Amino acid sequence: MAFKNLEDISNNIRISIIKAVHAAGSGHPGGSLSASDILTVLYFHEMKIDPKDPKMKDRDKFILSKGHAAPVLYSTLAEKGYFPKEELLTLRKLNSKIQGHPDMRKVIGVEMSTGSLGQGFSVAGGVAMANKMDGKSGRVYVLLGDGELQEGLVWEAAMSSAHYKLDNLTAIIDWNGLQIDGNNDDVMTVKPIDSKFESFGWNVISIDGHNIGQIIDALSQAREFKGKPTAIIAKTIKGKGVSFMEDIAGWHGKAPNDEEAEMAVKELGGLW
Amino acid sequence: MGIKMATRQAYGEVLIELGEKYKNMVVLDGDLSKSTMTAEFGKAYPDRFINMGIAEQNIYGAATGFAISGKVVFASTFAMFAAGRAFEIIRNSIGYTRANVKICATHAGITVGEDGASHQTFEDMALMRTIPGMMVINPSDSVSTKKLLRQVAEIDGPAYVRLGRYAVPDFYKNDDIIEIGKGNCVREGKDITIVATGIMVNEAFLAAETLKEEGIEARVIDIHTIKPLDKDIIIKAAKETGLIVTAEEHSIIGGLGSAVAEVVSQNYPVKMEIVGQMDTYGESGKPEELKKKYGMNADAVAAACRRLLNK
Repeated sequence: MAFKNLEDISNNIRISIIKAVHAAGSGHPGGSLSASDILTVLYFHEMKIDPKDPKMKDRDKFILSKGHAAPVLYSTLAEKGYFPKEELLTLRKLNSKIQGHPDMRKVIGVEMSTGSLGQGFSVAGGVAMANKMDGKSGRVYVLLGDGELQEGLVWEAAMSSAHYKLDNLTAIIDWNGLQIDGNNDDVMTVKPIDSKFESFGWNVISIDGHNIGQIIDALSQAREFKGKPTAIIAKTIKGKGVSFMEDIAGWHGKAPNDEEAEMAVKELGGLW
Repeated sequence: MGIKMATRQAYGEVLIELGEKYKNMVVLDGDLSKSTMTAEFGKAYPDRFINMGIAEQNIYGAATGFAISGKVVFASTFAMFAAGRAFEIIRNSIGYTRANVKICATHAGITVGEDGASHQTFEDMALMRTIPGMMVINPSDSVSTKKLLRQVAEIDGPAYVRLGRYAVPDFYKNDDIIEIGKGNCVREGKDITIVATGIMVNEAFLAAETLKEEGIEARVIDIHTIKPLDKDIIIKAAKETGLIVTAEEHSIIGGLGSAVAEVVSQNYPVKMEIVGQMDTYGESGKPEELKKKYGMNADAVAAACRRLLNK
């Protein structure tokens, strides 16, 4: 698929994120917008999946370890055709299947329930091991936040995935530099991310997480790399695409009001 | 009483048998396979045994990954680190997704012995039974351990199975019927009921023998399944005997005693005493010494019965 098309899809996903979080009145727009380009390339270019056959044997699986970015996952699944886009407006509402954090028992296409940080990454390692054990070709992709790297479980899982040479596992770090209380560097330094993963035995690729071409190339390299899991360190901008949200920690977990949502959607070229 | 065997030993033996039956079964452990007894499974089925190292959170995260990929997963470490350290992973990854993971946790309770307080968990059943959909099993001997584990393997869903380090007498015979969710009345009696679990079933039985000499007929019920709890057998005992003593190798807060009190108080209130670890840590010592010092033996159960009977 041409880059332009992927950029358009990512833009649509961003519009859906704003509309869903606005309708919910709460949620996490910042870290959803920063990951939109990554999920777009995964779901519309890289992964072997079929929304018409969502349980397809040998399918690739994506796990959102940073589960609070649920709006980007739901918006991507809806864009891909797993469920109608209208349902995005039920985000976080009572009796909705799209919960505040992803629930695999409620939404077809969600491969793992996440929300408590570090766990999706650990589970992804288990899925990758099971795939290897069964000789399945399906690959496993997992998206982590940078703040999430502060969880001890992340490094337990990083160690075991390298130990068991899970080259069918690709972790992508959405490195937007911000977490709820501010800059990673002020709250708890996670840098250097690349050499941490390297020293844990991972193949590491650093990219601009908003450059579609670089994301495509990195995922392709990860697919070809044998003997080690790959970590793609994707430098991103929190709130990417909405000028007044960009690079502001305050937009980690806050919904836009009516005026802000309208401004954001119009800036993204959407209809309000 | 027959031979003595630790329930963890029975677990190790039955795992081999289950591994043969379930080709999609995997066993995970965290550098304790010689203690949890999963090592023999590892020898028999090296391709289906995964050592996750000393990283209990990741054991249960990875176990979830295997389970959602269609595996029957048995994941073991010491009870302290499974139920304690990995609690929130078990709650959010295994419990919430209803993953088919059997948390077989060994070295529970005071009878860990010499390792002392840091390794003696009295909180695990309390923690595990609050997780929605989590089955909680605490077998009393090697025979019931094997029978219960075969049933646990058959059920698709999460379970916590509590196993002990030290050898206990075989209480059951091979032809006894043991069913998940069904309490076993192992001794009839009309004066008082002792509801026991785990190694305390044997102690309760011994206490009942002592009480018999004093003219007291105590009923003894083995609750090997803490959850789902056999409410009927407990309500029936409350109605028929009027007094209940519970006995567990676990904190008096949140375990069997609490579970029984929840049923009795809401259905047929009777006076109760809860025998178990008081609200305190353990210490190093031999299992029998510790059972005596911390009040988790036949004498402690008999004393509780006498208090309730005002004798």
